[in-house]
Amino acid sequence: MHPAPSVIFFTAFSGLGFGLLAWLGIGLPDVTGRPAFGYYFIGYALAVGGLLASTFHLGNPKNAVKAFSQWRSSWLSREAVLSVITLLVIAPYAIGRIFLGTDWALLGLAGAALALITVFSTSMIYTQLKTVPRWNTPATPVLFQLYAIGGGALLAGQGAVAALLLLVLGAAQLLAWQKGDRRFAEAGSTAESATGLGRIGKVRLLEPPHSGRNYLMKEMVHVIGRKHAQKLRIISLLFASLLPAGILLFLPASYATVLLAVVVHVIGLLTARWLFFAEAEHVVRLYYGK
Amino acid sequence: MTTLPAKTEKKLGLVIDLDTCVGCHACVINCKEWNTSNYGAPLSDVDAYGPEPEGTFLNRVHAFEVTPEDGGCAQTVHFPKSCLHCEDAPCVTVCPTGASYKRTEDGIVLVNENDCMGCGLCAWACPYGARELDQLAGVMKKCTLCIDRIYNENLPEEDRVPACVRTCPAGARHFGDLGDPDSEVSKLVAERGGIDLMPEQGTRPVNKYLPPRPRDSAAASGARLEPVAEEPKGFLAWLDKALEAI
Ligand code: SF4
Ligand code: SF4
Repeated sequence: MHPAPSVIFFTAFSGLGFGLLAWLGIGLPDVTGRPAFGYYFIGYALAVGGLLASTFHLGNPKNAVKAFSQWRSSWLSREAVLSVITLLVIAPYAIGRIFLGTDWALLGLAGAALALITVFSTSMIYTQLKTVPRWNTPATPVLFQLYAIGGGALLAGQGAVAALLLLVLGAAQLLAWQKGDRRFAEAGSTAESATGLGRIGKVRLLEPPHSGRNYLMKEMVHVIGRKHAQKLRIISLLFASLLPAGILLFLPASYATVLLAVVVHVIGLLTARWLFFAEAEHVVRLYYGK
Repeated sequence: MTTLPAKTEKKLGLVIDLDTCVGCHACVINCKEWNTSNYGAPLSDVDAYGPEPEGTFLNRVHAFEVTPEDGGCAQTVHFPKSCLHCEDAPCVTVCPTGASYKRTEDGIVLVNENDCMGCGLCAWACPYGARELDQLAGVMKKCTLCIDRIYNENLPEEDRVPACVRTCPAGARHFGDLGDPDSEVSKLVAERGGIDLMPEQGTRPVNKYLPPRPRDSAAASGARLEPVAEEPKGFLAWLDKALEAI
């Protein structure tokens, strides 16, 4: 699939933002007043920024508001609705913490749960697609959840806990890649099943339907850059998981340390998300002999 | 509404005969002509006269080569592909805006362009590459089964079929109600063993493909011509001897 920057930023930053808001919702770190403002500002900036990024990839953004209407059937619609509800539920909690110095714990808990459910619905937009076997597995929601909780813990200054979560994330990511590499073959779609000509024999594309490119090929038959996949996997594993965990565990705890770990983690996260899209193979490629 | 109807009154669709299609692309052109000048946003082209032309089409013809496993002759199959108006259309349920829907009366899958926000998720959900986001209009385009022809009383009766069906010079495309077991198209499907594309995707396509009829195969029939003479006779026999003597 085409790794469009808008969807990479959308999933990466809104995930981080909601992850941080989930930690803040359960009162970690237990801050009020000015420091609380800082944390909530970052959480909202990331979540809202990510959501805004997603609108850049719309062909007809003037209808974007209609995306709130189909929550009964569509995960994308659910994601839109849930993110707004989550931001609205956490807002009074944040105001309580920042301006009144109070902790309305139940409200915070509800907000935290909603934040994680929002991340789940984001992941389901991709997981639901049978056409992309690499995404169509429980590993996708698990990974999205771990990126949100792990990255959120990092932003929330949860030191050792964050380090541990990032290591778990690294292991899960490694496993997901390994399993993911076999998914397309396991799902069983082939040029023979796509054309129904398998009963006659082996099928190969003789002539494509058009000499130029088209929307389908640009969007779903993306193959550029896959050759660097192995290197990029190592980079993203190092940057998203091992390095920030190491920084948190072995450098003296300070804002600067956390900031360094965050920057390193974000580089790894963006690389991993680029791979998530670029490595995903859509079954329509079978009609294009790819 | 992007939930699917439990049942549709009719199942209008196409039956495409892979035995008959000659790959002339006439259906592609007539589809583009009709659908660019009638319902909805036109099907735009980009760089139409330049070095890298591309554009939106609702129907495209691929060509595949099939080689039998037993080593028989390879065979070329022209393969037109457009929306299959699936019964379990994944493109419909993923749509967040309600723009994509399946009609209860005839099962046609449509996009309401006034609601579409151009997110492209439906195109991702379709296994068959049957939806293309128009690059100029920014809305999703797909086969409408020429809904503005098939019910159009201003057209002569014989034109009330999809443009691709009307134009096919080989008669490889058939249109009708696949929900009615007695319709011409249903009979054709039963008789010729019509098939679903990528059944493992669980979309339950309405459109069916008629597989190419079995070809004669030299290996299987053993119908090789017997040699008429092993030994030369007459002039050739003399020539044979003469040449050997040299
Ligand atoms: S062929 Fe594709 S676009 Fe058409 S109904 Fe089926 S899934 Fe939807
Ligand atoms: S591109 Fe349009 S029709 Fe397709 S899912 Fe998005 S809003 Fe719905």
